[in-house]
Amino acid sequence: MVTRGFHGRRRAEVDPARVPPGQYVTRDFPVLSAGPTPRRLAADWTFTIRGAVDEPVVWSFYELRALPATTITTDIHCVTKWSKLDTQWRGVSLDTLLADIDTSADYALAFSDGGYTTNLPLADLTGGQAMIAYEYEGEPLTPEHGGPARLLVPHLYFWKSAKWVRGIELRDDDQPGFWENYGYHNYGDPWKEQRYSGD
Amino acid sequence: MERTAVLGRLSWRFATVLEVTAETDQTHSIVLDAPDWPGHLAGQHVDVRLTADDGYQAQRSYSIASAPSDEQLVLTVERLDDGEVSPYLVDELRAGDRIELRGPVGGYFVWRPTDAVPALLVAGGSGIVPFRAMLREHGAAMSAAPIRLLYSARTFDQVIYREELLRLAARDGIDVSITLTRAQPAGWHGYTGRVDTALLRQVSWPPEEHPAVYVCGPTGFVEATANALVGLGHDPGRIRTERFGGTS
Repeated sequence: MVTRGFHGRRRAEVDPARVPPGQYVTRDFPVLSAGPTPRRLAADWTFTIRGAVDEPVVWSFYELRALPATTITTDIHCVTKWSKLDTQWRGVSLDTLLADIDTSADYALAFSDGGYTTNLPLADLTGGQAMIAYEYEGEPLTPEHGGPARLLVPHLYFWKSAKWVRGIELRDDDQPGFWENYGYHNYGDPWKEQRYSGD
Repeated sequence: MERTAVLGRLSWRFATVLEVTAETDQTHSIVLDAPDWPGHLAGQHVDVRLTADDGYQAQRSYSIASAPSDEQLVLTVERLDDGEVSPYLVDELRAGDRIELRGPVGGYFVWRPTDAVPALLVAGGSGIVPFRAMLREHGAAMSAAPIRLLYSARTFDQVIYREELLRLAARDGIDVSITLTRAQPAGWHGYTGRVDTALLRQVSWPPEEHPAVYVCGPTGFVEATANALVGLGHDPGRIRTERFGGTS
């Protein structure tokens, strides 16, 4: 049904094929988080892969920085409806971090400073689809946007790209994370508009 | 962690506008008749969807301004000049119009009448909206939990729900503090200037009382306020935030 008097303000310069259903393109970078911004120095930050592995593996920030890095330019889509196009990130691919890890797990639960968690299939973290990002637009990632480092999984809604990430728990079962427990979709594909449970 | 499952799919439903009232020159409240509304918790929001005559659709989220126990669902919307949906809702929408809604959404930034601990609500600008739902629910449920609200607005004319907040401030168990950051009317007895550590120390519950803290407003306001509260010794795990707008 048409909403009387509504015409919309479509942005002519935006290619509609890059905007998932129900999203709008923004130029600024909204900040969304459930609590205060944790402020951890890079020197105190570590990244751990644990769970269904023989031995947990831990990297310091400096060890992570010493690994081969990749830079990607990608679009990001937040469940609160904004999308931001052509964002540039630098970090370490999860393929690199998982390369020497032998696991039977099918799922991953990312965990962060502040207690945040989010779950996703392990297959969504591999194949060049995910990184631990420590730079945004050529600058160190600021605390509001998840610094010192955040998970980046741009093909899913942005709540899956956990800010202040401290590690990943590899799991045989799928354990819903923070927003997934509050009625948000378990997988979160923006192109299928999987915002809420049942979508 | 508390688990609030949303049962089944959240489907779009039509709601009819019963009334639109001006809260300030930029902010209107929209009173809706939403048949079969499943109910909500104070602090939750809804998605609104508008459809142009060529089929183009736009969606945005808005906090619910009414208490779960209120008869009608109310949204309060601030007009953002460069916005796409809010100028329509504020300038164009009128009684009899129909819009699409989906919700309620969000189960974390909520206050329940069964919450017995003291609560501190800190609002910047239109960040007051979810707190209005909480305060109305507090009254409807005759909650004994003491609540303190600290509300930052630019000027007296930009204080949303002004009359209602003044009435609420007279009630036992609710303290309302307003700070005006840009200009104050003659004879203003409230606070002036931005919310900062000194003001929060004066107005908030001491951290030792382990209050539930809610902060809602523009990103910069929420960042500064939440950081100051952590600096005062409040447990970050008890500070719930809702931010709107961005950083560059």
